This record gives sequence, structure tokens and C-alpha cells, in this order.
Amino acid sequence: MGYTDIIARYSDKPGGLIEAFHAVQKELSYLPEEVIVEAARIFNVPVAQAYGVASFYSMFSTKARGKNIIRICESAPCHVAGAAEVVAAIEAELGIKAGESTADGSFALELTECVGQCQATPVITINGKAYLDVNPAKIREILAEYK
Amino acid sequence: MAEEMRIVLRNYGKIDPLKIEDYLAQGGYKALEKARSMGQAALIDDVKKSNLRGRGGAGFNCGMKWSFAASATADQKYVICNADEGEPGTYKDRLIMENDPQSLLEGMAICAYAIGANQGYIYCRGEYPQVIEILNQAIDQAKAQGLLGDFDIEVRSGAGAYVCGEETALIESIEGSRGEPRFKPPFPPVQGLWAKPTIVNNVETFANIPVIVDKGGAWYADIGNPAYPGTKVFTLTGDVNNRTFFEVPTDTTIRALVFKFGGGIRGGKKFKAVQIGGTSGAFIPESLLDTQVAFDAMSAIGATLGSGATFVLDETRDLVDVSTRIAKFFEHESCGKCAPCREGTARMHELMKKLNEGKGSSKDVALLEKLGRVMSYSCLCGLGQAAPAPVLTTIKHFPADYNAKLM
Ligand SMILES: Cc1cc2nc3c(=O)[nH]c(=O)nc-3n(C[C@H](O)[C@H](O)[C@H](O)COP(=O)(O)O)c2cc1C
Ligand code: SF4
Ligand code: FES
Repeated sequence: MGYTDIIARYSDKPGGLIEAFHAVQKELSYLPEEVIVEAARIFNVPVAQAYGVASFYSMFSTKARGKNIIRICESAPCHVAGAAEVVAAIEAELGIKAGESTADGSFALELTECVGQCQATPVITINGKAYLDVNPAKIREILAEYK
Repeated sequence: MAEEMRIVLRNYGKIDPLKIEDYLAQGGYKALEKARSMGQAALIDDVKKSNLRGRGGAGFNCGMKWSFAASATADQKYVICNADEGEPGTYKDRLIMENDPQSLLEGMAICAYAIGANQGYIYCRGEYPQVIEILNQAIDQAKAQGLLGDFDIEVRSGAGAYVCGEETALIESIEGSRGEPRFKPPFPPVQGLWAKPTIVNNVETFANIPVIVDKGGAWYADIGNPAYPGTKVFTLTGDVNNRTFFEVPTDTTIRALVFKFGGGIRGGKKFKAVQIGGTSGAFIPESLLDTQVAFDAMSAIGATLGSGATFVLDETRDLVDVSTRIAKFFEHESCGKCAPCREGTARMHELMKKLNEGKGSSKDVALLEKLGRVMSYSCLCGLGQAAPAPVLTTIKHFPADYNAKLM
């Protein structure tokens, strides 16, 4: 389905712009400029406003990024449980820094705040799925699921 | 010593959350039936009598809030459940929604009847896609059984903005806009979603409602601390032996949370500090641990109850380092609408980083205290007002950590 069709599915929903962005991102992993322009047209709001929404929320990206989105929680409970070592291990494994994507487009690595799985810190999520009690030794195996 | 008491987690582990039959077998939806037979005024009176106060952090009397929306005249009213749960260290609302979604829906339906609304929204954080699925299934089941009557509930997904937990920012987000808090008044019960009277309550608040209606407001008012009755769910993180969750009456002490339910400090180390209410909470020293975990008791020691997140640190932890991490959180999450917060959180993080790297002086600490004081009264919403609390309380109660790092 093209992005116009995806966005159009939400056009009757009052305030549905954010839901539409979520749906597009599920397919494209980010929100390209033409999606924002098209969404503005369909929801009948200025492009600046649609862009304002896309850029406000941390789960939306207006820049191209890797397909599998790894997010590492660095909130205080994960921080004291060793989140920094997990970040370093993933950076080493993928050869990129937090905030970057791998050259083959398979992974994006992002820092985030608490994802609400604090019973087993540190925590990472991949495409929304949580991995608990993570440590550097577990990283290779977890990432292999997505390779 | 206090024991655990489960009201909002009453069905935890006892039912299949995706089978409405299980919920019904536990007496589910009897309270909604009873509420409808009581009439709106008597229902709201009983909720007021329970003295249930919001579990989302602000502690406002729930029945009172409902009465404002009930008495407003409008062609349309809304009920919103705040399931944004962004406060670091908190996962209690997720526990309720994952394990007993119908109790939330029943609570919302009772509220809808009380104020005369036929449309509800659950604003669930985007980090919980699996919860959104559970909620949608639960809504379908309740509708298929005809339990909700003409009350419709739609789930909306957040997209990773802590400030959207603030009720007016949340409303902006449902309207499809940037999640920037509004100026108050008008408050949502008078003018909320699409300018219509709107009730926003937390997941845990709603989950209490069916039990209150079932057993009566007087029964509930008798549990725990009289000024903030009932139970509260706490999620324990950090250096405790049991990093888990508990639901306890509100006259439980912080000490019991950490040492009884939490099983004390890990690795035989000594207690240093506990931060309650999530990342915007105060850091509390040993000397104040006999405080009850009720709203006003916590305010009296310069702390908050907040979401009930309980973050415990042992003697080896450096509070300057932890507070620096927290300062970064607020700089990142500030929505930027008002200058004291937009600028203040950035400066606060900058100063904390400087201190944490051993490059700061006592002048920087004094500057932080001043900046924090100004922010606590000049910021537009609770985010900016609460942001300085971790820094100010660590300076106050743990000066040695700062002194050790001064130039
Ligand atoms: C920055 C900020 C974040 C908040 N986050 C939440 C949240 O995640 N969940 C919540 O229920 N309330 C949150 N609140 C409180 C809400 O504004 C509001 O008081 C609450 O949803 C009302 O429901 P209650 O009366 O049932 O507690 C937040 C407030 C602020 C200022
Ligand atoms: S206090 Fe901070 S989060 Fe709240 S409105 Fe001002 S800038 Fe936005
Ligand atoms: S603090 Fe990391 S998941 Fe909650």
C-alpha cells in the first residue's frame, strides 16, 4: 500500500494525524518529507503544523533510519544498572554510534527514556519488543534474531 | 507491620485478561450495573465520600472532579484515561492493563455514566504496543457483550513524549497536535478535549472505581491514611533485593517499602537514598523513612508520592552522577513552550555536568539552588516545576556528594 492510502485510512478520525504517522512509520521506519506534505493535505492543516507534529515526538523520525529500531533506556534505574555498558556493546557490535543507522539499513540505534519495563533493568527494545536484564554478553545473540 | 492489600490488582494472576468471562465470573460489571441503579448524583456523592484521590500524581479528589464535569452543560462530554505512564521507574499502569483491562474499562464506563459522556479515549504510551492490542481486544469483548451500552472507547497511541502525561498536553496530543500543555484555567472538566467538558483520570484511579462502587465509599475511606485513603501500587527499582511491585495501604511507611517489601539493600550494603514518585521526585534520606506513603505526608517532608515509583540507592552510589542523568532527562523532555523550563532545564543540566566532571565550584551549587527555586514557581506546567526537585533535594540532604566533587 502506498503512503497516501495509509494516511487516508485515518482521515476521518478527529486528530488522527499522529495515528497516521504511526501507521506510515510501521512501513517505512521514518517519515519522509513527501509523507508530511501529503498528510498535511489530507488532514487539511498547514505543512508547518504537520511537520511540527512529526518533529515533536521522539518516536517519529524525519530522517531516514535503519529498519530495525533498537532503543536503549538510559533513565536513572537503567543507568545505575549499567545501561552505558550495554550502549557501548551495541555500538561495538554494529560499528555505529547511538543516533546512527548501519550502512546496510538494517539497524537504527537510539537512546531513549524509560520504556516501562523497570522490573528487570537495563532494558532495550527492538521494534517495540522489550529485552530485559540485558548485559553486554547477551547483545550478539539478541541482535542475531534480526539479522 | 503493614501487609499487602490488593484492590486495583485484585484479579492479578487470577484471570485470563483476554477472557471477559473470567472477569465477569469475579463479579465484573456488577458495579457498573449498581452505579446505573444509584443515579448520577448519589454515585458521585459516594465516590466523593470514598475520598479517592487521583493516582496520577496530583492527588485531586476524584468525585469532586467528576462533579465539575457532571454539572457542566454541553452537547458532548469525554472521559479520558491517562495511560501515558512516562515517569521513569513506573510500570504499575501497565500491570493493571495487561492483567485486568476490564477493570479499567468498567471504571471508565462508571465515570461516563456519572458525568453523562458517551465517548471515551485511552491515551496509551507508544512504548506499550502490546498493551494497546490487549485494550482493543478487551473493548471489543465488552462491546460484544453489550456491557458498555452507548459508551464508546477508543485507544490512542502516544509517540514518546513524557510531557504528554500532563493532562492538557495529552488532550492536545489526542487532538493531533504537538503535546504542549495549555494555560489553566480553564481546567479540562470545564473545557477539555475539543473544548468540551472532559474527565482525565489515571489508570490506577479508574481501576479503583468498580471496587468503591461495589463496597461503598465509606468502606474505602477507612483503608490506609485517612487523608489519602486506599491503596497504592509501588514499583521498586535500584539497589533493593526485590525489584518488584506491591500494592499496599497508604499508611505504610517508606521504610517498610524498602526494607520489608523490598527486602532491604542488595549485597549487604547500606541504604543511602530513595527517590519516590519517579524521576521528578525528591531524594529522601534515612532520617525521613518513617513517613507514610500518602500524598500530604510526603508533601510535609518536601517529597512527592507521584506515580509510586521507588528508586533505591545504596551507600556506594554517587548522587551527583545520578542527578546529572536526571537533569539530562528534563532537558530532553521539556516541550519548550515556556522560557523558564526550556532555558532552565538546559542550564541545570549544564551546571550538573560541570559539577559531575569535577569542574564546578560551590558558586555553581548556589546557582543551581537559585535556578531551581525560580523554576519551581515560574514554569508553566508540572514538568518544569518539578524538574529541579532531584537536584535541590540531593544538595539539601546529601551535600557530601557535592563537596567531594568541588574544584
Ligand atoms: C509532566 C507531567 C507528566 C505527567 N504524567 C502523567 C502520567 O504519565 N500519568 C498520569 O496519570 N498522570 C500524569 N500526570 C498528571 C496528569 O496531569 C493529571 O493530573 C492526571 O492524569 C489526573 O488523573 P488522576 O486525578 O486520576 O491522577 C503528569 C503531570 C505532569 C505535569
Ligand atoms: S514547564 Fe516545560 S514542559 Fe511545561 S510547558 Fe513549560 S516548557 Fe513545556
Ligand atoms: S527505567 Fe529503564 S525501563 Fe524503566
